[in-house]
Amino acid sequence: MKRYNHILILIAAVAGVQVLTAVLGKQFYLTQLTMTAYYCIAIVGLTLLMGFAGQISLGHAGFFAIGGYTSAVLTTLDLSQFKDSSIVSLLAKLFIVTSRQDLYGGQVLSFNPWAAFIIAIGLTLVIAYIIGIPVLKLKGHYLAMATLGFGTIIYSIVLGTQRFGAADGISSVPAFTLLPGLAVSGNTEFRVRNYYLAWTLVIGVMVLLINLINSRVGRALRAIHGAEDAAGAMGVDTARFKLNTFILSAALASMAGVFLTHYNGGIGPSEASIMKSVRYVAIVSVGGMGSLWGTLIMSTTLTFLSLRGYFGTFDDAVFGAILIVIMLFSPQGILQFDVKALLKKLLRKKE
Amino acid sequence: MALLEVNNLSKRFGGLQAVKDVSFSVERGMIKAVIGPNGAGKTTLFNLLSGFAEPDTGEVRFRDAWIHGRGPHQIAASGISRTFQHIRLFSHMTALENVTVGRHVRSRAGFVAGMLSLPWTHREEREIREKSLNAMEFLGIAHLAHDEATSLSYGQQRAVELSRALAAEPEMLLLDEPAAGLNMRETADLANLIVRIRDRGITVLIVEHDMSLVMKISDEVVVLSYGEKIADEKPLAVQKDPQVISVYLGEDEC
Repeated sequence: MKRYNHILILIAAVAGVQVLTAVLGKQFYLTQLTMTAYYCIAIVGLTLLMGFAGQISLGHAGFFAIGGYTSAVLTTLDLSQFKDSSIVSLLAKLFIVTSRQDLYGGQVLSFNPWAAFIIAIGLTLVIAYIIGIPVLKLKGHYLAMATLGFGTIIYSIVLGTQRFGAADGISSVPAFTLLPGLAVSGNTEFRVRNYYLAWTLVIGVMVLLINLINSRVGRALRAIHGAEDAAGAMGVDTARFKLNTFILSAALASMAGVFLTHYNGGIGPSEASIMKSVRYVAIVSVGGMGSLWGTLIMSTTLTFLSLRGYFGTFDDAVFGAILIVIMLFSPQGILQFDVKALLKKLLRKKE
Repeated sequence: MALLEVNNLSKRFGGLQAVKDVSFSVERGMIKAVIGPNGAGKTTLFNLLSGFAEPDTGEVRFRDAWIHGRGPHQIAASGISRTFQHIRLFSHMTALENVTVGRHVRSRAGFVAGMLSLPWTHREEREIREKSLNAMEFLGIAHLAHDEATSLSYGQQRAVELSRALAAEPEMLLLDEPAAGLNMRETADLANLIVRIRDRGITVLIVEHDMSLVMKISDEVVVLSYGEKIADEKPLAVQKDPQVISVYLGEDEC
């Protein structure tokens, strides 16, 4: 099982970092590392689409937001006044709608986070399918433009809708209790547990995606990337494979959105912004388009630094600069960066 | 019943009638060639048969199904494999990986099975690898299996492309100008190879510009000129056909 060697290293690193923060008394780092994990899920999903299927999406923050907002809206919606209506009482009987206490001690009747999660993913699948069919017929710049358009629409919708909290977003999103004793929440009491939960999800996603790229499907995707017409001539249903990959990566972004929203206890329109989508694309490029591990490493590093505020007010500028530098000097990603070749090039120019 | 039957196929691009009312059939186990001077409509005909273009009118039957208007992947799945005039290999993949893509139609692991790495997919992968290596051995390029495909020489790339098409175990093989860019000796080797492929029970349809290759090995030859079929006979008869001679050597009127 050579393909899982890196997974073992990742598990060791996750545990090692937690122990290190405990020893150094810097447990507050775990909060940003947990958030980082969720962004990583969205970003490795995008790597599958960009690096393996060879399709770009400049609208992935849109899918992240669809997940986060759907979950936030449904779990904060108060249906108490409709509790006698037949639909709501039926949903309550099915535990899709449950009663809980809000922050101020009042009773709220709203969607169970599990139900909201499933609805959020379902909605994402439907939207990705509807958007994907026409859009994936496009190539290169045109595909980038069309997905950018999709991202812009989602951003405008969340920013302009009162129900979605407009510019303020949605807050007081409840914890998502996955299992008894294991809830996705920002409560510091559960910080360590949430850290492990988030990274367990990352590891799970990595295992699934590594399996996928080493399978018949992964080979078909690389074939599409290499020569689309020849892949079709060899029997690969190129449209369907691209669409499925698009939907899968959208679902991963959406899942990340759901979890991060419960962890943060809210979501704001900046999660849907174009800058977020550009940032995801930048990180995938830095990680080396075709490398899940490269992307995971770079996404962990850059997202963590960004969340800790190391880039200050230049946060977005840093990612813009990264895109330019990577495209100029190392389109294969930073880990493939050939220092010798660059030095040689520079020296030759001097002569 | 013929393996492949083409009825009144036509395709127009703007003002150009690329293929006009072409009909012919290919019997199981034969080598059939479509020839004609440049611009005769050979490539368009080839694309119509392999699903890369849709005919305006006319029908194509393969085995017992009508395949005109189907996409390339559906036609591939029905048992027709093709090569390209300009070699189309998958970049950033080894020669063996390129050939294994040819097994796509003969295997079935999808997204869910792939992500879960189900045990049967490993058995399938082993079979894919084995059959792909067999196809490469048949063409004598098994030793190149782990080289990056696009770094190989022209002739070797052609062989990889052909192994990829054969790995699909097609019932019919479509070859698009396979002799393009080959010298005389290589062309002779190719002729032997095509005969060996036919002897494995694969029906071959060659679209070719170069007469010397097809006259030796074909059982029947279709000649196109300006999109129309002007002959469909045995090679010897074609060589004597005055209409064919005038098309190839120019008319003798002025």
